[in-house]
Amino acid sequence: MAVFGGIVTLIGSVFLLLGALGIVRMPDVYNRMQAGTKATTLGTLLFLTGIAIGQIECMCIFRILILILFIIFTNPISSHALARAAHHIGIPLTDKSVTDALADDESEKEGAV
Amino acid sequence: MKIFKQRILLLLFLMLFWVLLTSLDRQELIAGGVIVILLTLVFFRRAAVFSDFQITLKSLIYSIAYIFVFLAALVRSNLDIAFRVLNPKLPINPGIVKVKTSLNSKTGRLILANSITLTPGTLTVETKGDYYYIHWIDVSTQDVEQASHEIVSKFEKYLEVMFG
Repeated sequence: MAVFGGIVTLIGSVFLLLGALGIVRMPDVYNRMQAGTKATTLGTLLFLTGIAIGQIECMCIFRILILILFIIFTNPISSHALARAAHHIGIPLTDKSVTDALADDESEKEGAV
Repeated sequence: MKIFKQRILLLLFLMLFWVLLTSLDRQELIAGGVIVILLTLVFFRRAAVFSDFQITLKSLIYSIAYIFVFLAALVRSNLDIAFRVLNPKLPINPGIVKVKTSLNSKTGRLILANSITLTPGTLTVETKGDYYYIHWIDVSTQDVEQASHEIVSKFEKYLEVMFG
């Protein structure tokens, strides 16, 4: 059981590592946030699950379930708030970007006023 | 009737948290139960979060199915990001697209926006009325209808049943 829990924890840490790598490699703030949010969510989730499996005799699996629920609910909200703020103060998208519907709509509105 | 339903849902939710935090010890269960009932009586007006949830058998089944759909999407999105990051060419084609949702319930929309953020290559940047502005790491279409179909519809059909 401890070995299995260790393997799950290891997979979780690999995802966390990939998330960190993504933050370094991605070209702009929005893409970085994508890598940051997704990898940390699943990484932390697997990490905690691995601990719960490895330490099965302490019966902390229910407490870890609560932690997982909170992470699933709060992680996307915080990244949404950051992305929204970043766009609001006008941090540009990378040059590779194809389209920016939000900026188009906002400039349209300003043009009308 | 609506307030009654809201209270029952809040009570069940708080009680579930208490049971998860402690174990099934009789004394703790009774002490927690008393406090939960008091909290339910005091705070029920602010707990409008639960009032949208439909209590039917179908909605319950859809909720459980939704958890699995969501977890599958989460794993897929992580593998997707992992391959993009590890690929030396960094194959991204990002942009912000606009999608439309047909959900009316606020809680439903919150969960939809959260789910979009955690699914492959998408991140909710802004919400305005019925529209979400979504940062998409690999834009395949700029059309509102088609983008909605690709990003939103797979979750929407579950959430529509759950929250009406």
